[in-house]
Amino acid sequence: MSKTPPDGHILGHVPHARSLGLHLQSATRDGATGYVPYAAHLSGNPETGVLHGGVVTALLDNICGIAVAAALGTFRSIATLDLRIDYMRAATPGETVFARAECFKITRSIAFVRGTAYHSDSSDPVATCVASFMIDANERGVMSPPKSER
Amino acid sequence: MDILRDALARNAKPDLKALAAALPYARWLGVEAEMRGSELTTILRYSPELIGNPVLPALHGGVLGAFLEITAILQVAFDAPSGELPKPVDINIDYLRSARPVDTYGRAWITKLGRRVVNVHAEAWQDHHEKPVTTLRGHFLLTAPENGKVTASS
Repeated sequence: MSKTPPDGHILGHVPHARSLGLHLQSATRDGATGYVPYAAHLSGNPETGVLHGGVVTALLDNICGIAVAAALGTFRSIATLDLRIDYMRAATPGETVFARAECFKITRSIAFVRGTAYHSDSSDPVATCVASFMIDANERGVMSPPKSER
Repeated sequence: MDILRDALARNAKPDLKALAAALPYARWLGVEAEMRGSELTTILRYSPELIGNPVLPALHGGVLGAFLEITAILQVAFDAPSGELPKPVDINIDYLRSARPVDTYGRAWITKLGRRVVNVHAEAWQDHHEKPVTTLRGHFLLTAPENGKVTASS
């Protein structure tokens, strides 16, 4: 538990990402990476302390969405259509969970993404996912950056 | 888990309200279990911390997936008593409508109860159950009780 936390910044404009402790490390056209540090209140089983699958779901959903936004390059409204997650193994209690997602195809309306959640080695995943996102899903819901960043 | 092992030892159904309250993440998220007879309805109490899109505003997609996963786990714990919590193998989440900043309700149904794996369908709604905001289909692994095979009870 004495490990130095990895670099990254909290996603301040997404309330649930903030309360989950979700940190974003990078977001480029090639993909996005972020993590959630372990916390006892995020465990799904008080006897084992293993992180609840839902935490991995929320992390992957958010990082996949950021990967789509980064691949689009412009600010357009996106919404998750579906998300499939395969849980490969239980997350190790006490360890930070990282996620990496890549948007590998964008059509006029849909973006396709795949992602992996892992501890230190992405070849030994905790979970993998595939997701599709609707682009311009709801113009009212465009997640625009603060005016100073435009 | 002790609540489940205790219910199994007494050959009784587990108290899902107590079980939901004993899961740290479910409690943190604000998930409650309600029983009407032997039917479970889960409730995700609205809190500003659940928002994923503050512009709409809408609940975070991950929160809805997690809520339905908890709903499915509680339903499997009820229908397939094994003394331990079922483990998710895979889940498919479909987002049908954006979820508004209000309380959300959930229900789950066992589609197929196997000896080791259970196929579950779960739905979340806000206004009316015929207008689900999110649905989930998933497989969960059962931990066989020490005294023999997991049996279904209706």
